[in-house]
Amino acid sequence: MSNTQLTPGVVPGRLARGAYGDNFADMAPPLDAHEAAVAADRCYFCHDAPCTVACPTSIDVPLFIRQIATGTAEAAAKTILSQNILGGMCARVCPTETLCEEACVREAAEGKPVEIGRLQRFATDRLMAKGAMPFARAAATGRRIAVVGAGPAGLSAAHRLAMLGHDVTLYDGREKAGGLNEYGIAAYKAVDDFAQSEVAWLMQIGGITVKTGQRLGHELSLEGLSGNFDAVFLGIGLTGVNALRAEGEEKSHVRDAVDFISELRQTGDLSALPVGRDVVVIGGGMTAVDAAVQSKLLGAEHVTMVYRRGEAQMGASEYEREHAASKGVRIITGAAPVRVIGEGAVTHVEFAYTEEGPGGLTLTDHTFRLKADQVFKAIGQTLEGVPEGLHLAGRKIAVTGPGRTSVKGVWAGGDCAQGGDDLTVTAVAEGRDAAMDIHAALMGHQAGAVR
Amino acid sequence: MADLTSDFVGIKSPNPFWLASAPPTDKEYNVRRAFEAGWGGVVWKTLGEAGPPVVNVNGPRYGAVYGADRRLLGLNNIELITDRPLEVNLREIKAVKRDYPDRALVVSIMVPCEEAAWKAILPLVEETGADGIELNFGCPHGMSERGMGSAVGQVPEYVEMVARWCKANTRMPVIVKLTPNISNILMPAEAAQRGGADAVSLINTINSITSVDLDLFAPEPTIDGKGSHGGYCGPAVKPIALSMVSEIARHAETRGLPISGIGGVTTWRDAAEFLALGAGNVQVCTAAMTYGFKVVQEMISGLSDYLDAKEMALSDLVGRAVPNVTDWQYLNLNYVTKARIDQDACIKCGRCYAACEDTSHQAIWMKEGRVFEVNDAECVACNLCVDVCPVEDCITMERLEQGATDPRTGRVVGDYANWTTHPNNPSATAAE
Repeated sequence: MSNTQLTPGVVPGRLARGAYGDNFADMAPPLDAHEAAVAADRCYFCHDAPCTVACPTSIDVPLFIRQIATGTAEAAAKTILSQNILGGMCARVCPTETLCEEACVREAAEGKPVEIGRLQRFATDRLMAKGAMPFARAAATGRRIAVVGAGPAGLSAAHRLAMLGHDVTLYDGREKAGGLNEYGIAAYKAVDDFAQSEVAWLMQIGGITVKTGQRLGHELSLEGLSGNFDAVFLGIGLTGVNALRAEGEEKSHVRDAVDFISELRQTGDLSALPVGRDVVVIGGGMTAVDAAVQSKLLGAEHVTMVYRRGEAQMGASEYEREHAASKGVRIITGAAPVRVIGEGAVTHVEFAYTEEGPGGLTLTDHTFRLKADQVFKAIGQTLEGVPEGLHLAGRKIAVTGPGRTSVKGVWAGGDCAQGGDDLTVTAVAEGRDAAMDIHAALMGHQAGAVR
Repeated sequence: MADLTSDFVGIKSPNPFWLASAPPTDKEYNVRRAFEAGWGGVVWKTLGEAGPPVVNVNGPRYGAVYGADRRLLGLNNIELITDRPLEVNLREIKAVKRDYPDRALVVSIMVPCEEAAWKAILPLVEETGADGIELNFGCPHGMSERGMGSAVGQVPEYVEMVARWCKANTRMPVIVKLTPNISNILMPAEAAQRGGADAVSLINTINSITSVDLDLFAPEPTIDGKGSHGGYCGPAVKPIALSMVSEIARHAETRGLPISGIGGVTTWRDAAEFLALGAGNVQVCTAAMTYGFKVVQEMISGLSDYLDAKEMALSDLVGRAVPNVTDWQYLNLNYVTKARIDQDACIKCGRCYAACEDTSHQAIWMKEGRVFEVNDAECVACNLCVDVCPVEDCITMERLEQGATDPRTGRVVGDYANWTTHPNNPSATAAE
């Protein structure tokens, strides 16, 4: 096989063997001890710190940075993990530039925030390298709880519930636990199988039984779970994908970006993964960026991201967009697909420029075509397979307070539930808070004592 | 470019920046490098008497205190006086002075507290062509255990006696270096003056343990599991040195006694502060040990620019702040200020709020949107918010005009009035 970047069609092995390792290396290499000390020294230890307020899991950032600065990185990790048990993954995937680091007062002072994300990774890496779980499980309560979905929300809920002494059964429809951490994030953000390492580390709390290949509406039913467990937490994510609603969408080599990313994450040999020469990604969020950048890194010659609205409305942050641009991804805004062209397989996509009007977004008569032998759709995921009886709010499971659904004894959190951004860190917060609420509901007045 | 030429007790140098007697001035090689870098003068590292020289430890001799980013704020040392033979030092001093006649070269000396010992060494030093001598009565470690250094400096009678011996046995100017490890710096200063010293230099280093190794449970620097107190210097000691210099400069008995200012001089600004408080020149060590001899270039350009901007001669600066150093009882109690926060400069860290709310007078409001404002009705003008604010000039103190009412006390701001006449002062009625 001697494919190159110029080989037409969707083919594997466009790059020299050694190039894949370099291309998919750690996006933000970890700080070493000296770099961490210098970075930590910049923290002002703010009062009621804006970074902590900006963090969906409310990590005490000034405290953990001071703990790093004073040579106690493992204490820092405990500070982080007590609020966010997936602090290791969040340190890698959080859009810190729009959360804690945007709020950092040094951003206001010098346009250069304290490197909170990288410091968080420094601390959590140190602790996890020792393999130790810094939290102990409380005495068994005898209560049994089903957690459906082993993504960030489910893992967070399961860990907290287990820590409080409950017995947790954690179900997931896929082969491995981890959810989007395992299947849905760009490979260069979580190298060295970090998602699985983190799950294994988290399970050390004990009291969690993982059952994979168990899907709600197939192997599992909500009635069955409610009957067998004292409480149920749903963290089922958004497994459906929005359609383009453009003519010719069914042509071959037009696929969902999430499937491509998932396949990429699970492949053992990136050089065996086929990718187009001219790749078009439709969408403006993180998933679109992850698909576009990874296509480029696999050796696609031209990768273009097309988003129907303006830059300001894009789900991908400026940092993500710059990262994509630095890898050679071209970004076109204000255009929507109208037709996928090709005999069997896609060869081109036709777009129309859009216009923001009082009635919403409309297509103009100005069109253009992009050459494409592979198209990825990344225009958002939707809730699928909601059990009967659960009320919805818009397109998500309706919840009140910390994840209470309309059905007694059933909680929900993460991307599937109403409220919050669809971020890993938000899912962790929701899972944790629902767990505390489940605990309070099950234990009544005793709950306070455990806390 | 201002004229920085300095004349200190008749010793001339092209600028007032001398290297203090310390490790950087122990050898010809170092001193030549210092003069090439632009230092105005050098006080050669302390010479001992002839014969077998002292020895130093062979483990670590320095310990450090750091600020953010490992910026060295304080250094301590357990090094003794020169451990090289007397004749080697004398030969090198002579060679250097011959090659750098325009620079000041002063020799530090420490010999036993006997007149014969001083009588023996003084002619040898004089023969080198050195410009003056400095009597090391300050070294707080090692030598003091042998009845020298600070063991002499802590006994005013000895200070006076040795100063007198030296004045009687040499034509060179005599500078007495004072130890700060004493309760009242005026006592040895007056003693030196009585003994006829031409000047005093201060401060020498302060007794210190910089840190404790929490695995070995031993002080740093640690020598085979043990540690001994060392002499502390560097930026951290500057406030102590400034105060001691000012006391000598303003005290009736010692006023006019030339002072060579030492203690944490790191920048031109530090030097200017010593000069303003009455020092005729400054001596530097830790800054050079931290950054190398080149730092003197910033000191020269900075002091020169400052004097030009102020349209002052160097001699105008010396002692200029001394009349403004006073006793607490004379401070104006009708000088009423309030903190003002520049909202445009504020980065909303909230440190002023935490400091005021937790540890002071609850005089800063934290309002919606992290807006921090001063409550004049509670603000006592303590300045803590200014001190903890990371942004320079973001918080300043604004004076209430005379006739204005202080919302905290409800009193109208009046003319100058101090404690001596304050009604709460039990002695006030006795005042004229």
